[in-house]
Amino acid sequence: MQGFRYLDDTAILRLSEDKCIGCGNCQLVCPHRIFQVRDGKAKIVDLNACMECGACAKNCPTAAIYVNPDDGCGCASYIINSWVARIRGKAPSRCGC
Amino acid sequence: MRDKLGTIGARTGFFRNNYKITPGLYCIGEPSTTSPVVVTANYKLSFDTLRQGLVGVNAWLLVIDTRGINVWCAAGKGTFSAEEIAYQVHKANLDQIVTHREVLLPQLSANGVAAHELKKLCGFRGRFGPILAADLPKFLQAGEADEDMRTVTFTLRERAVLIPLEICMLWKQLSVVALIIFILSGISPDFFSPTLAFNRGILLVFATLTAMFAGAVATPLLLPWLPFRQFWLKGAIMGSLASLLLLFIGWQSLGDIEKIAICLWTISSSAYLAMNFTGSTPFTSLSGVAKEMRNGLIFQIGSAILALIFWIAGPFV
Ligand code: SF4
Ligand code: SF4
Repeated sequence: MQGFRYLDDTAILRLSEDKCIGCGNCQLVCPHRIFQVRDGKAKIVDLNACMECGACAKNCPTAAIYVNPDDGCGCASYIINSWVARIRGKAPSRCGC
Repeated sequence: MRDKLGTIGARTGFFRNNYKITPGLYCIGEPSTTSPVVVTANYKLSFDTLRQGLVGVNAWLLVIDTRGINVWCAAGKGTFSAEEIAYQVHKANLDQIVTHREVLLPQLSANGVAAHELKKLCGFRGRFGPILAADLPKFLQAGEADEDMRTVTFTLRERAVLIPLEICMLWKQLSVVALIIFILSGISPDFFSPTLAFNRGILLVFATLTAMFAGAVATPLLLPWLPFRQFWLKGAIMGSLASLLLLFIGWQSLGDIEKIAICLWTISSSAYLAMNFTGSTPFTSLSGVAKEMRNGLIFQIGSAILALIFWIAGPFV
């Protein structure tokens, strides 16, 4: 995605190659083309472009991929809500969008 | 015409809840037992874009119940799911309508649907089509999507259509802020002056609207060309430009301390609104947003408080 780069070294995306069977699902679904399957194993080729949408992990049949699970909807009000909730010791409410 | 108005309504969020499509199976053109089945959300705009994208194609359209939310957001929230698709497949008796056993899913639903689970649930295999509905005819012809069709974009046009919704979601916050501004603006050496409240309040509300324009309209539009990667910094730049404009307009009517207040207020509001826009883009990670918010919020809250203190101090100096 040219012209758009977000913060480097922040996205939480891990791939355990042992579990990978090279099916290529992750490569297919990722809207930022972050995976490439080479020699029967998936490789992360551009970690910093990851937006943590979770599509790859959801479609990996062997659960070889880990993505930041705090999904919500990624908007600022959701994060503020979840911080407030943590302080008050409650479950975060939805952001309404 | 009603349809057009409806689209405007759905875009701006005013009547968004009324713009659901009844879930179920729809025809595009004259589909047969071998025509492709395309799955979509029951959000009017998703449905319309798909219908327009598929002009000239014969296909079945399976609309699933995402409570009127678009594909991408519904997948994130878990309503665009394999279970819901399976439910609609059964309900429509799809296995008696088509002879093949495959449904096409929008690629951007992949964070909600595990395609390999669909077959177990309803006997239909899930296959991911392109990201944009407009690419569907090309995809159907070629039988596969190329890299471009699978890469998400965020063009000027795609950013522009998000703006009305962003703005409309701000009205509630804005009216609360405006009320507070009018009250604070009236505080004077002789306790409270309604005239001051009105005359000065108007100025700060105007500054807030300008900040809204800077942070929620100009920043999204100019996004790729503004320096910095953190959105609140991009918003702070646009806010600074906006505050220069405000100083130019209000040079005569404002005291020195009020000028500082207006600048701080405009910059921090614009930075806040720009930061909010991270939720609407298809490239910001939640970890990244949380990281920029830790710095951004401190700056925004700090300078907004300073701005209000200076503003209240205005009539006393
Ligand atoms: S989380 Fe989304 S953006 Fe990140 S690698 Fe997976 S599919 Fe791609
Ligand atoms: S989806 Fe999972 S198993 Fe398939 S290639 Fe990717 S990491 Fe490997």
